[in-house]
Amino acid sequence: MTQTVPADAVPDQALEQLVCGIPYLRFLGLQVRREGSDLVAVLPFQPMLIGNPLVQALHGGVTAALLEVTAILALMDQTGPQGTEPPAVPKTIDLTVDYLRPGLPRDAFAAARIVRAGRRYASVHVEAWQEDRARLFAQGTGHFLLRGAAAE
Amino acid sequence: MDNIRALARRFIEALPHAHALGLALEEIGEGIAVIALPYDARLIGDPATGVIAGGAVSTLLDTASGAAVMCHPTGPIATATLDLRIDYMRPASPGQLIRARAECHHVTRSVAFVRVTATDDDATRPVAMGTGAFTVEFRK
Repeated sequence: MTQTVPADAVPDQALEQLVCGIPYLRFLGLQVRREGSDLVAVLPFQPMLIGNPLVQALHGGVTAALLEVTAILALMDQTGPQGTEPPAVPKTIDLTVDYLRPGLPRDAFAAARIVRAGRRYASVHVEAWQEDRARLFAQGTGHFLLRGAAAE
Repeated sequence: MDNIRALARRFIEALPHAHALGLALEEIGEGIAVIALPYDARLIGDPATGVIAGGAVSTLLDTASGAAVMCHPTGPIATATLDLRIDYMRPASPGQLIRARAECHHVTRSVAFVRVTATDDDATRPVAMGTGAFTVEFRK
């Protein structure tokens, strides 16, 4: 693993630009930072992310969205900008979300592991946690269609 | 039934994140729920195409699925998603409303199973399909 970015180098300008370019990520209030070689997505809590007001749990769709966008950002980060253009947004083929415990009304974090990325397809595993990284509240696996600048 | 429908609509549309997305309940009853997501530029996931983000579609499918569980004739009083798998078959056409129809097709004492399909104006070609397992609780 090449250590290109020191662990304390947060936030990252290229990542910020990626996030700013996607309206839905701004809508969610998503932020991204680097921790060593990991890209970590941060979803600061806000009341509009609640699904069930009776138990104050994050909406399951928000959890799915956090996992999916973290996978997408990790893939885009790996591709890097294509000249002056931002990298193409990979298309989600499928996503399976495993809900391990309720999302609490506090900040949520997610990190992706690109299990395999070929020329066209990528398989990505994502984990999400809140207070304690060892205590996941959701995990997921997704397949994505990559669209490199040279393709199509 | 109209009364129940109005109640269900108010309940679902009051869920904070469903409200933030502008989700609207169109049909409910007997383990089936139909919920619509209006097109909204804030929800775009790919600025190059204007296509709505997968995350917003996931939220639509999850909400419709949960609603289908809650209106199942066995009468659950609470539910939560255990597992949801979504296949994204094609991008939804920008500018069009996305409609999810969820069917809770089997319920045990502890688990509810759901199928859900999302379509845009071309209802013959689904945008996304999902299968989910949900927790269920009944009044003791």
